[in-house]
Amino acid sequence: MAEKVLMKGNEALAEAAIQCGCRHYFGYPITPQTEVAAYMSKRLPKEGGCFLQAESEVAAINMVLGATSAGVRAMTSSSSPGISLKSEGVSYIGGSDLPALIINVQRGGPGLGGIQPSQSDYWQATKALGHGDFQLFVLAPSTIQEMVDFVPLAYEVGEKYRVPAMILSDGMLGQMMEPVEFPEKKETAVADKSWATNGHQNKRKKNIVNSLYIQPEELENLIKERYERYAKIKEEEQRAEEFMCEDAEIIIVAFGASSRVSRSAVMQARAEGIKAGLIRPITLWPFPDKTIEKHVDHTKQFLCVEMNMGQMIDDVKLVVSGRKPVSFFGRTGGVIPTPAEVLAEIRAIAGKEN
Amino acid sequence: MSTLNVLLAGFGGQGILFGGKTLAYSGLLDGKELSWLPSYGPEMRGGTCNCSVVISDDPIGSPLVTQPDVLVAMNRPSLEKFVDAVVPGGMILVDSSMVDIKVERTDVKVFYIDATKIADENNMKSCAIIILLGKMFKEIEFLNENVVEAAVKKVIPAKKAAMIDLNLKAIEIGMNA
Repeated sequence: MAEKVLMKGNEALAEAAIQCGCRHYFGYPITPQTEVAAYMSKRLPKEGGCFLQAESEVAAINMVLGATSAGVRAMTSSSSPGISLKSEGVSYIGGSDLPALIINVQRGGPGLGGIQPSQSDYWQATKALGHGDFQLFVLAPSTIQEMVDFVPLAYEVGEKYRVPAMILSDGMLGQMMEPVEFPEKKETAVADKSWATNGHQNKRKKNIVNSLYIQPEELENLIKERYERYAKIKEEEQRAEEFMCEDAEIIIVAFGASSRVSRSAVMQARAEGIKAGLIRPITLWPFPDKTIEKHVDHTKQFLCVEMNMGQMIDDVKLVVSGRKPVSFFGRTGGVIPTPAEVLAEIRAIAGKEN
Repeated sequence: MSTLNVLLAGFGGQGILFGGKTLAYSGLLDGKELSWLPSYGPEMRGGTCNCSVVISDDPIGSPLVTQPDVLVAMNRPSLEKFVDAVVPGGMILVDSSMVDIKVERTDVKVFYIDATKIADENNMKSCAIIILLGKMFKEIEFLNENVVEAAVKKVIPAKKAAMIDLNLKAIEIGMNA
């Protein structure tokens, strides 16, 4: 087993990308994500890779589009306002059926917002990171170890289905350090990249990567084919963690940073005799509706805890469909909720005095 | 005690994050779960700076320390800001070279150590935080004292190896303070 090291989330994520073969990074600095770019700038040239600080976020994402078209593992990272700038390019990547890894280390918004941790880009990541009918495969790490483990997963799933993947992190996970272990080098299955525009050398038909289709029927057929892949992703790639849910009467649904806070609150509630549990969506798209569905019948209420004004709660309500109450507690603008605040919500639902 | 919540606070430049890292590595080398979370942003440039370190026998939920078991206060604004957050029965370590007020609470253990002055007198500028940590290690009995030395060696990069002995000496001074 490899030795455990202490690393910041941002740096661990960058190292993980290098270890799984990413040699092309394009980015632009922004707090609280800059350590990803800084780490890449130090390490990638030594690995024979290309680190490039672009003139803007728009340029960086289009460089990712170009690199991934050629079949290499490419990546960009930013924080909320920068991700908005990249949205056009992300849509082009989705519309060109290309894999790519996009990291969002979220901060408070809208606008320039603030620089403290937030989860207020949930809607953007899962519903519409750019125009048009398309989705990204979205993973929400909650530990530094997951920041590492989700990088190969994001690449593998993205390449298997030819969809862009996002790791939706936040300023807390990006900046904090925890012990982390890098997996032993293993040969990953090389995805079929016969679509890559990497030079046909007169040996095969030329490949074209494109997202422009003038004929409506042609575009419709293409989108329908893409949605068949999305259906497969929904069927096969949902991931979630269940914590103390078996007998839980109150189930918190929380992802990423707020799931850590919620886990502490659940343990404190259990110590007081309140049957609380936690469902932690790991994939935000596809949303783990199968896991939520498992618990609708036996639990009494769901409580969504988010670092925003209530975004993921929409997806929880869609699954629950009015069969049980779904309530919300959140802090926003860069404020991290405390376990005590979440515990107070649990107590109120359980009808206990605070 | 299965979890230790530590908040280190002071001005940027006092080694708050470095001190936190030393503490975090001590936890790692002692085989415990741990997290290290800095305040980040404009406050790092000369303003107030703080760092949450959680060391635990169990997986760590929130890495943000809002109710510290131990507060290390390196300046007056930090002490004033966090003094009431310390849990009853907790501990406060004050760098009395930098803080000219006393803690009025009677339900916490308080240690006043002239850390910055002692560090200056021993030609170990910027080791004040390590002196305070030395005292903390002595008093809390949560971590194995032997891991501190190894932690210092882990945290200080090879090209600054000359600093290792200074920091080890600072820990010793702190433990005997």
